[in-house]
Amino acid sequence: MKVLIPTPLRSYTRQRQVEAEGVTVGALLADLDRQYPGIRFRMVDEHDRMRRHMRLFVNGEQVFDLTRPLKATDDIAIVQALSGG
Amino acid sequence: MMKAKKKPTKRSPSKPGVAVLVATRKGAWIYRSDAARRAWKTSGPHFLGHIINHMVLDPRDGRTLLAAAKTGHLGPTVFRSTDLGKSWKEAAKPPAFAKSPEGMRDRSVDHTFWLTPAHANEPNVWYAGTSPQGLFRSEDGGVTWAPFSSFHDDPIFREWFGSEQDGTPDGPKLHSILIDPRDANHLYFAMSGGGVHETRDKGKTWTPLVKGLEVVEGFDASNIAFHDPHCVRMTSDPDRLWQQNHCGIYRLDRPSTEWVRVGKAMPKKVGDVGLPMTVHPRDPDTAWVFPMDGGGVWPRTSPDGIAGAFVTRNAGKSWKRLSSGMPEGQVWWTVKRQAMAADKGDPVGIYYGTTSGEVWASRNEGEKWGVLARHLPEIYAVETAEIG
Repeated sequence: MKVLIPTPLRSYTRQRQVEAEGVTVGALLADLDRQYPGIRFRMVDEHDRMRRHMRLFVNGEQVFDLTRPLKATDDIAIVQALSGG
Repeated sequence: MMKAKKKPTKRSPSKPGVAVLVATRKGAWIYRSDAARRAWKTSGPHFLGHIINHMVLDPRDGRTLLAAAKTGHLGPTVFRSTDLGKSWKEAAKPPAFAKSPEGMRDRSVDHTFWLTPAHANEPNVWYAGTSPQGLFRSEDGGVTWAPFSSFHDDPIFREWFGSEQDGTPDGPKLHSILIDPRDANHLYFAMSGGGVHETRDKGKTWTPLVKGLEVVEGFDASNIAFHDPHCVRMTSDPDRLWQQNHCGIYRLDRPSTEWVRVGKAMPKKVGDVGLPMTVHPRDPDTAWVFPMDGGGVWPRTSPDGIAGAFVTRNAGKSWKRLSSGMPEGQVWWTVKRQAMAADKGDPVGIYYGTTSGEVWASRNEGEKWGVLARHLPEIYAVETAEIG
């Protein structure tokens, strides 16, 4: 499935959009980390909690649960919730 | 401003050059010079926009450079270079806490704060201190990291860690990881807050080392949680430690376990509150501090707007102001706990980085100062390294 990558993480992917697979959000992030080592830990902490300013959308729906099932046709957007001045 | 001379300075090929490693709130910079330390070459920014809390070159191999990084939004990591920053590679497994036992709150590393190469007989081993307080060890030159020792989930240590509210404005930190050059099993670390701790069995057991240290008025000094060491340094005599604490400047001469407050000898108008401390590479009686205003609401600025480093050359019996070349007043920055360092030159070079983004340098042990760099972001750490 297609995954939109925010600019702070493009030092890993070098692309705005990448292809990745997974039957759950957690599996998708694992596949991203396999392709782009280190990227997962920048988004998710050691206890599988999405970091404070990271947001992940599946078909426009915000998702925090890494066990959320995914379909191959889902559209994924990783977004950095910029805050502050 | 320190300027380049037209003719290169002659130097003995046996004398190594110096690198000053500057970590800031928005990236890292490296300044290199020969042994004369008159002309400097700049490299950077490295990791522009990243918060770099510490950058350290391994003195054992002279080539492994680690940088502790995160951004305001992305999680923490460690970058590694073996060509003095020309290229970097990210750690495969940065410091991260293990899952806690049932009923205990899981903790997550917010940032790696402190990096220390381990004992000379343990090549490629490094230690890292984190925020919140954690101690990690790498055995492959910083590529992979694992929690070190069991105190992370010790209920008593959990009490001493306190909450996020008990730490520094930037979170509670484990710092000042010191290794006894005579014994790789003998280590110290300090926590803000949470006191100074020592192990003699390579981390199996830890003992608090806070006797003689004062705490903020109204708190109980017998409670380790209330102890706030800002920076602890080991001298060329590993039995002598120096400490800049929230409540003064201290010296400890082992095997004694009682710190002595030597900061009382500082001028009363300046006081002995500060964040950084650095020591002479060969003389354990000599140490430098950079006091700050810890009165009232703790402005954390130069006392009365007057900047100045202070040195003791007699183990803390007396202190001398060293501010020649610094601005004469209206100075409202300060120097963070990792942002003051000494090189190994003779005379020793002293360097400090300010919260307003200036690096100041002295080639003569602080007698005369000049600006090495300005207009940088807020400086978090300054380290030195010998380079070929």
